Amino acid sequence: MNSIFNYVSGILKGIYSLASGMMVTIKEFFTKKVTEQYPENRATLHISDRFRGELVMPHDANNEHACTACGICQMNCPNGTIQVISKMIEPTEEGGKPKKALDKYIYDLGKCTFCNLCVITCPSDAIKFVNTFENALFTRSKLIETLNKEGSKLREKIK
Amino acid sequence: MFDFSTVTIWFDQLLRGAMPEFWALTIEFVLVGVLLLVLYAVLALILIYFERKICAAFQCRIGPNRVGKWGVFQSIADMVKILIKEIIPINHTDKFLFYLAPFFVIAASFMTFGAIPFGKGLQTFDFNIGIFYLLAVSSLGVIGILLAGWSSNNKYSMIGAMRSGAQLISYELSAGLSMLTVVVLAGTMQLSEIITNQHNTWYLFQGHISTVIAFIVYLIAGHAETNRGPFDLPEAESELTAGYHTEYSGIQFGFYYLAEYLNMFVIAAIATTVFLGGWMPFHITGLDGFNTIMDYIPSPIWFFAKAFALMFLSLWVRWTFPRLRIDQLLNLEWKYLLPINMVNLMLMVILVLFGWIL
Repeated sequence: MNSIFNYVSGILKGIYSLASGMMVTIKEFFTKKVTEQYPENRATLHISDRFRGELVMPHDANNEHACTACGICQMNCPNGTIQVISKMIEPTEEGGKPKKALDKYIYDLGKCTFCNLCVITCPSDAIKFVNTFENALFTRSKLIETLNKEGSKLREKIK
Repeated sequence: MFDFSTVTIWFDQLLRGAMPEFWALTIEFVLVGVLLLVLYAVLALILIYFERKICAAFQCRIGPNRVGKWGVFQSIADMVKILIKEIIPINHTDKFLFYLAPFFVIAASFMTFGAIPFGKGLQTFDFNIGIFYLLAVSSLGVIGILLAGWSSNNKYSMIGAMRSGAQLISYELSAGLSMLTVVVLAGTMQLSEIITNQHNTWYLFQGHISTVIAFIVYLIAGHAETNRGPFDLPEAESELTAGYHTEYSGIQFGFYYLAEYLNMFVIAAIATTVFLGGWMPFHITGLDGFNTIMDYIPSPIWFFAKAFALMFLSLWVRWTFPRLRIDQLLNLEWKYLLPINMVNLMLMVILVLFGWIL
């Protein structure tokens, strides 16, 4: 008698659990769909600020950046993505020493794995990653960018 | 309610008047064959689109929406793709059986179309053993699946085919017995008669609890026979790559794909015909006004609406439950469905003998 009771109650429990599973999915059927329709929704598209799409060197209003051309980012890059080319600036005042300054900061987007090591190790916070992601181009050579702007110079320390 | 047999009889007499009987019959056979093939292909395309949209909705997605408005031409694009794909010849296979197997599967599901009543007077063959024929023919597909597994010379295909064989043989019992329950109630196996018997009430309600149980059991067993949903062990992609159709490519794979969807439709169509009154509109005894309004809706629309509602149920189940293990699958059939079915058959016999039916 007990085994028959177990058999019947097993069937009923089974039906109950199957029905509750189907209730869950039918609720999902009527919920709002989460699909992002990308090219149409570019205006409302939300990309997280932490998303690493591209390396940039922020410049302020006076066209000045914070890069001292120390080359630590270049040393830390696992892929040889960054190439820091420095130049020596002649002293402006009498009796001064020639100073090392940034000539060209070359960044190859095609080689970058977006590991963030360059940004972490930069002593003067001169570079950062931004969340622009539409980086597709037709030629590889266009992926090699110069990050410092034309005629930019090192920001003087505020004394 | 428009009777489509007036059109067919008129066409038949037109042909017979113009030519000898042999040629008239030949032309009719070819026409019916072509019409059924077109219906078969179009239904497959609609079903693939239907499945992809429903499945997407269950997964909180939108589904195909790029080809045409709401993606309605997606399955046509897929069809063109699969037609122009290369058929890769496989070495060390049993060539003859390997190329024959897809035709078995597709022929089995196509042959059922001959007996399904799509509307009033829209039935190719009205057998006096219609249900028997449908059950027999729709289970022929397992031969194709076994052949595919055997001839592929691949252990995964073989395991998939063997699982399919075990599954079909088991669940055929439940499907047959639940059909038998309705045959006891109907007293006939002729599909046209079964449908006209449901003029006042569908069989689902005529036999009280007994037909409801038979209906649910048939839906489970039929779903298992289509090798879909929680019963997709024969193709179990995480275990057997793709099961019995691993080695097939191009249109041969397309045949299996087509047959899978059409089998789903065939199961829904049989359940519709037997339990939900086929093309018969929904009638409530006593409400004559309501009944005449229902009669204005054409019979094929009734049939396809019911069939698609059942297919939605099938998809709902498919996208809800995880795949069963083979022992769980056989347990469900032999320990639960079969005893329930036998008791149910007895109950139905008692109900009919005492006349306790609506």
